[in-house]
Amino acid sequence: MKDSRPGGNDRKGHMLTYLAKRLFEMIPTLFGITLISFFIIHLAPGKPTDVLSEMNPKITPEAREQLEKLYGLDKPVYVQYGMWLKRVVKLDFGNSFSTDRRPVIEKIWDTKQKLIDRRLFITFFINVLSMFFIFIVAIPIGISSATHQHSLFDKVTTVFWFIGFAMPAFWFALLLMMLFGIYLDWLPISGFKSMNYELLTLSGKIWDRTRHLILPVFVSSFGGVAGFSRYMRSSMLEVIRQDYITTARAKGLSERTVIYKHALRNALMAIITLLGLSVPGLIGGSVIFENIFSIPGMGQLFYMGVMTRDYPLVMGILTIGAMLTLIGNLLADIGYMFADPRIRAR
Amino acid sequence: MSDSRTIFWKRFKRNKLAITGGMIVLILFIIAVFANVVSPYDPSDIDRKHILEPPNKSHPLGTDDLGRDVLSRMIFGSRISLAVGFVAVGIATLIGMILGAISGYYGRWIDRIIMRFIDIMLSIPTFFLILAVIAYIGSNIWNIMIVIGVTSWMGVARLVRAEFLSLKEREFVLAARALGASDIRIIFRHIMVNSMAPVFVSAVLGVASAILLESALSFLGIGIQPPIPSWGNILTLGKDNIEIAWWLSVFPGVAILITVLSYNLVGEGLQDALDPRLWGSGD
Repeated sequence: MKDSRPGGNDRKGHMLTYLAKRLFEMIPTLFGITLISFFIIHLAPGKPTDVLSEMNPKITPEAREQLEKLYGLDKPVYVQYGMWLKRVVKLDFGNSFSTDRRPVIEKIWDTKQKLIDRRLFITFFINVLSMFFIFIVAIPIGISSATHQHSLFDKVTTVFWFIGFAMPAFWFALLLMMLFGIYLDWLPISGFKSMNYELLTLSGKIWDRTRHLILPVFVSSFGGVAGFSRYMRSSMLEVIRQDYITTARAKGLSERTVIYKHALRNALMAIITLLGLSVPGLIGGSVIFENIFSIPGMGQLFYMGVMTRDYPLVMGILTIGAMLTLIGNLLADIGYMFADPRIRAR
Repeated sequence: MSDSRTIFWKRFKRNKLAITGGMIVLILFIIAVFANVVSPYDPSDIDRKHILEPPNKSHPLGTDDLGRDVLSRMIFGSRISLAVGFVAVGIATLIGMILGAISGYYGRWIDRIIMRFIDIMLSIPTFFLILAVIAYIGSNIWNIMIVIGVTSWMGVARLVRAEFLSLKEREFVLAARALGASDIRIIFRHIMVNSMAPVFVSAVLGVASAILLESALSFLGIGIQPPIPSWGNILTLGKDNIEIAWWLSVFPGVAILITVLSYNLVGEGLQDALDPRLWGSGD
């Protein structure tokens, strides 16, 4: 971004200091998140060894004790947290409690597999696509319903907004699966690739992935489109009532310039804040749609981890989810900074 | 005060959508309370001769994989939704009010600590945390209410804090303090009562999101466990029988949609009616 105004360099310095400060602030937050999650999960009744003994009722109390010792479960929770934290600093989340005993990080980010088949990448990719979809659909809808307030279009989008907010995402997924997957048979309803994927040509492979992505991305962005467009509408309405917009109109600028150059920038600020806030919801939602569409992502892995009381796996994914959230917030801050010259100057 | 209350009612009554929503909420409430009177069958009556029947005269919404009447199960399921919605929101509102009041009233370091705590809670993908905790402590209805409650108080806390920040320097509070009222008395008798309106709005909207959350948990098999019926776990059966029994997937979802929509409409209506900025025209 080129800054031709006086003091541009100085501003850049400020921006960097601000960013550094924000990055630094993330550390205690992340620490707090892991602390709270760790204690909640470990203080909850029930141990992973319960699941082991459920599966193998013949296990002796001695063998159980031995197992607990092996995992460090016999130590007080704060000692366990200390041990966990020491490893996590090196991005080592420990080994999974499941029968394969693989390192957690390898399960989430399996370097032996292609990038597109790594769990974290799949979840990340779908969330980024949904976010992108939300943006390109919600912003124009919001602008049009604000500039044509009380029109038929505005009323239709308001109805859409109310329904979008009240619609359980998983139910919407079920309906779409029934319609497009079963009655019309246009789209696959589960997995992230077809059985014959390896035999396909490159373009065939891309098409195959796309077909598998359509429903999950649509479902995970539906609520977001409703929320963002509504938000865009109200912030646009607030902006176009302000004096500087009247001034811009009085100068004889075309309505297009007034809306898209002068008003939009300010209205987008509210959206950027909302973007940062909606990251945890999107990540959390991935458990639901990965479960429904049987997509082998991080959400599905988390679900399996929770069901088998796989502490290291659950903690690992919670931490990565929190990190993604914080990065999302940081990106929102950066976006905000570029959009708002007042913050840039600070 | 009474004047603004009249304006409020006038505005709220004019909002037809909010009134409709309110009526649906009321009807749902009555259905839930009198579930055993209105439901045509016992919700757990297994009837192996009538398994997975599509909607017909004797079973208006069909039967499930054990031949149980879907309508009856949905009627009893509404109890779960309402109970979870109200208790979870009650817990969240209580926590949020206490922390928000302390934060806004005392300010300084205690405010900073609470605000940081809120930031942390907002950065945790809460759905992950809820899932993990409920899977560990067991998924009975009380645990679900408590866990949803303790993970959704942050909005209320922020709201109450903002109200306290703006109210604590007002004359009536200063007067109370000058008269020697204790902190507790000022917080509860003077400031809290004056900041209840936005809290109430957020509680109504909160019921809607708690109902959505419970249904998602039950759908994933982590919420209300069968044989106890809930809208979410009927939908699980819908997913399992998606190719043969559309009625199991359609009706409970419609019930959730209508319920959540109604609470949202009431909440929005209250919000608009309470917003003095919108009072100007035509009143």
